[in-house]
Amino acid sequence: MSPGASLPDERLAALDRRDRAWFVDLVFRILVLAGGLSGIVFIVGIFVFIFAQGAGFLLHRFDPAEFFGSIEWRPTSPEPKYGALALMAGTASVTGLAMLVAVPFSLGAAIYIAEFATGRTREFLKVLVELLAAIPSVVWGFIGLTIMNPLIIEAFDVPIGLCILNAGVILGLMAAPIMTTIAEDALKAVPDSYREAAEAMGATRWQVVRKVVLPAARKGIVAAVLLGVGRGFGETMAVLMASGHAIHLPTSPFDSVRALTATIAAELGETARGSEHYQALFTLGIFLFLVTFVINLTADLVLHGGRRKRKP
Amino acid sequence: MKPTLYAPGLALLLLAACGGGESRTLIQNKGSDTLVNVAQAWAEAYRQVDPTVVVAVSGGGSGTGISAMINGTVDIANCSRKMKPSEIEAAENNGVEPVEFVVGYDALAVYVHPDNPIESLTLEQLRRIYGKDGDIERWSQLGVKMPEGHDEIIRISRQNNSGTYAYFREAVLGGDGEYKLGSRDMHGSKDVVDLVGHTPGAIGYSGLAYATDEVKLVPIARKEGDPAVAPSVETASDGSYPIARPLFMYTAGEPTGKIKEYLDWVLGPEGQRILREKGYAPARAVVN
Repeated sequence: MSPGASLPDERLAALDRRDRAWFVDLVFRILVLAGGLSGIVFIVGIFVFIFAQGAGFLLHRFDPAEFFGSIEWRPTSPEPKYGALALMAGTASVTGLAMLVAVPFSLGAAIYIAEFATGRTREFLKVLVELLAAIPSVVWGFIGLTIMNPLIIEAFDVPIGLCILNAGVILGLMAAPIMTTIAEDALKAVPDSYREAAEAMGATRWQVVRKVVLPAARKGIVAAVLLGVGRGFGETMAVLMASGHAIHLPTSPFDSVRALTATIAAELGETARGSEHYQALFTLGIFLFLVTFVINLTADLVLHGGRRKRKP
Repeated sequence: MKPTLYAPGLALLLLAACGGGESRTLIQNKGSDTLVNVAQAWAEAYRQVDPTVVVAVSGGGSGTGISAMINGTVDIANCSRKMKPSEIEAAENNGVEPVEFVVGYDALAVYVHPDNPIESLTLEQLRRIYGKDGDIERWSQLGVKMPEGHDEIIRISRQNNSGTYAYFREAVLGGDGEYKLGSRDMHGSKDVVDLVGHTPGAIGYSGLAYATDEVKLVPIARKEGDPAVAPSVETASDGSYPIARPLFMYTAGEPTGKIKEYLDWVLGPEGQRILREKGYAPARAVVN
């Protein structure tokens, strides 16, 4: 198939490019391949590790009816109980409220940055949004504990301000940067010809955004929201500090709750290795891992599917 | 989630990496958050006594200290409760014979927001507030008139591996008592004090040494009709305060050499004077 096959040997030797550049190229290709594979190795390694740690509990003690159906989480009682329902409800309610806060803000920010802002304003805003992502989660938690708590008590006249509302707002602010960045990328990926065509038809800027750009970027935006959900689901420190950390099935945004992640964070450090409690915490970890995995996978599939469709 | 799972392991690795002192003796001391302040004060003062010994102190909770002692990463574990049978068994399985030292006593203080007019509580009332089937949910049930909107009792508790949590269960809820679910479980005594100080309807508990001016200590009566006793070093020492607990240090096997010298000093007059300064009752003065 290559024309070189019919050339005489000396010509072939001259074409042999196995010089220094060729070797450097080979070495770097292997290094990059190793880097790429390491992602897979790590994710499999982590899964095997948490699964191995939680296996004892899963195989011998795990009772789905208790785990998913009871709120009694009493791992250190004389008769331990491992009901994780309240913890799941806590995580779900905090994440849900966080999305109510984060989605409008980050979509608005993404639309403004991608479609309306120009020049310096735009660069400035982009940097600022990314800076928001750099605030450590313990600082967010501290804000929840010391600033939001008295504010919520004052504003809503409730007995305590460490609640779903507090943690949800904090978590929403934490998830907003990643959602803004990905949604903005999705909006930028819409070809300018779409906008030009719409404008040529006499559409206003808002009509262009609403009728043309947003529908075209729909999948990317869904992926952005899902990644934000994943971020909220896995967040630990801020939720631990702002949610009140109380085992309780929530009925209002002012109830204190306890999240799955926060439970692991608070209890794992003080648990004897290999004990039933330790394994139960890893089982919570497996559950969290699976849920975040599914969320991220869905986000990826949605995003990927969207790109494939747009290509032809 | 990933950092959560790995952080404790990383901390242990770091601990292990720092563990190999040669010319100077390094004593690793870890455990109870209740004891961490006084343990640090001891470590600092001991540098004057024996400059060749460095005592590295860290907190994390009684359970953390005990597991580290069992795993051999620390020399002395601080503990605000007795070792559980399961922990002793785990230690023995690991070839470790834990040796117990009572280094002092701590009054477990119960406190409320400074604006709360409550004057005293009985152990029974505490049990009905914190216990599983306890029926007291509102301050008005205790005859306490709270400002509008703050009648609900906000129970502040500790995470379920804390020695303070375990001792409170044993002393107030009874041996096999259970906590009522729904308490706000703080990670550390200091957080409990902070939160109670900022929440009008709250009640919380911790070692006396953590109490600040921001909270009001509630005198406790053994039972209805008994005099209510305010927590203090004196009332913990003479046994009149009903919820005072021993504080422990555990070593893996009979201590020898520098570790023994350090423990002797801790239990001696100088160590006990520092303990008292930090708000705990000395190990020897207690009569009960």
